[in-house]
Amino acid sequence: MLNFVMRRTLISIPTLLFISLIIFLLLNLAPNDPMAQVPLTVPPEVKEKMREALGLGQPLYIQFFKWLVQFFWIEPQVFFDHMFGTSFSEDKLRVISWQTRSPVMDMIIQRMPQTLWVVGMSYIVGILIALPIGIYSAYRHYSVFDQAGTFVTMIGYSIPPFFTGPLVIVIFAVQLGWLPSTYDTVLRVVDWDTFVTQLRQMVLPVMVLALQTTAQISRYMRASMLDNLSQDYVRTARAKGLSEWTVVAIHVLRNSMIPVVTVIALNLPAIFGGAIITEQIFKVNGIGQQLIGAIYANDLPTVQTLTFMFAVLIVFFNLIADILYGVLDPRIRYE
Amino acid sequence: MNDVVIDRSQSGKWLDVWTQFKKHKGALVGSMVFILITLTVIAGPFFWIFEANEINIRQRNEGPSWLHPLGTDQLGRDTFARMIAGGQTSITVGLAAMALSILLGSCIGVIAGYYRRLDGMLMRLTDLFLSLPLLPLLLVMMLLFREPLSEAYGPERGMFVLIVCAIGITSWMPTARIVRGDVLALKEREFILAARSIGTTDTKIILRHILPNVISPILVSATLGIANAIITESALSFLGLGFPPDFPTWGRLLNDAVEYLTLYPERVFWPGLAISLTVLSVNYVGDGIRDALDPRIRGR
Repeated sequence: MLNFVMRRTLISIPTLLFISLIIFLLLNLAPNDPMAQVPLTVPPEVKEKMREALGLGQPLYIQFFKWLVQFFWIEPQVFFDHMFGTSFSEDKLRVISWQTRSPVMDMIIQRMPQTLWVVGMSYIVGILIALPIGIYSAYRHYSVFDQAGTFVTMIGYSIPPFFTGPLVIVIFAVQLGWLPSTYDTVLRVVDWDTFVTQLRQMVLPVMVLALQTTAQISRYMRASMLDNLSQDYVRTARAKGLSEWTVVAIHVLRNSMIPVVTVIALNLPAIFGGAIITEQIFKVNGIGQQLIGAIYANDLPTVQTLTFMFAVLIVFFNLIADILYGVLDPRIRYE
Repeated sequence: MNDVVIDRSQSGKWLDVWTQFKKHKGALVGSMVFILITLTVIAGPFFWIFEANEINIRQRNEGPSWLHPLGTDQLGRDTFARMIAGGQTSITVGLAAMALSILLGSCIGVIAGYYRRLDGMLMRLTDLFLSLPLLPLLLVMMLLFREPLSEAYGPERGMFVLIVCAIGITSWMPTARIVRGDVLALKEREFILAARSIGTTDTKIILRHILPNVISPILVSATLGIANAIITESALSFLGLGFPPDFPTWGRLLNDAVEYLTLYPERVFWPGLAISLTVLSVNYVGDGIRDALDPRIRGR
């Protein structure tokens, strides 16, 4: 098992390096001038100096190598220092945003909790709704519940978040006035009232994101349950007189959870991606909105770092999914 | 009884597929809705009295009336005319991006499945593309290539080329995987061996014997690809990184409507409904085609 995990982890390192190279080349080879905003009165030789100060004078491979060092060596040191009060990272150059002139990672750390709250909560809510729907519609295959479930899933697949978002705002915030339409990020949860406010402002974004999750996960759950319900071991379990509950909830459910758990892990990064749009609609200042802001402002270091963080998330959760599959299903482990 | 069997063998596979497809109510309704939307969008400009960009500032922000069945926007432009124009762009982008993605996906899938030497490399490439953060990368591509392409082809056509290419390049991976799997299985069959033993070249084997047999997964990916491309294009336009502001697409109209959400909440409804209905109908068609082409389900 350790061997399997090690091998799988080692494979993901070249993947990450390659993705970072793609992102780096895409951003650096594109016809795009970071000096475009500088006034025309600034003489060309001064512009050249500014360009060099941004590290743009050197050959591409040196720029790439330096960026890798910054991202994988200096930033972890900063994090370590922050945690344990050491001083490894003193006087070392960090990835600096062109927009705010402050380290990109600090801004990401500030914005991460909002994204995690909304995305994480919506994912949990989505899974909690999806699993029972999937299980029951597989158990009552072709029943009215199953048909309705299929229809709702189709709708969840087809209605994009940039329509459900404004739609729930119109219904619940404008017409009914029950819930706030924007997310107040300066709110600190100190007592019961602020906690309720926090919950209320989370309802709409969580609802929009959870609809997507529910649609996908319940489909997988249903398909996986259907596969298992027709297996021989189910007939055996029934034949030896086990109660229906034991057959479905213990025997079938445990076996059909194997692919579903990996799908849950695999889909998590996609939810982060989808959160970009949802954050924009509900004005949550998480990392998705930071990415959009950086794109509008032509702030390449921030864009590069954030895009790469999304890639790291995807590779990491792919790894988790593979390992989980190995742990849950012993047949997979030794290929 | 005997006649019926002969009749079926003559009519061929596609009639069977059509018979099965007709049984899937959702797919039938879905295809009708999609055809209806497409026809409205194509024929609309010939019958509708207003132009999409015709500004009439005196009639701005009107509600639904007989003259403007969907009302007008903040510049007095007729919403229905803009919906038609937006639909033309959105559906064209969807079809073109789907075509590119299917072309890339089936080429890579067939090559990876057929030539063992290239298989490992191409599948690693597919895995790499699957690990890319697609929406952020699409946004970055929009940011970086918008201006050079606009200068080269004009703002609208440049954007069209960019969006179609960007969506096509980032969505071929599932098709490639499915096609490769099917080709791998087909390659070992006797009819391929027979074709090779009479000296058929690789190109001919692929074109005559392999491609017709992998057409069903390609068709299913194609329908799902349209839905995906329409949603992606609308998402980009919604984030303000798609077509230029005066060029209506459904995503762009939705984005414009969100700004007036508190004053005129009903404006959000139409573009959103159009996107959702198109995607929903295409998804149902895909579902129906999948069932109809699956020989285990067909004929039951």
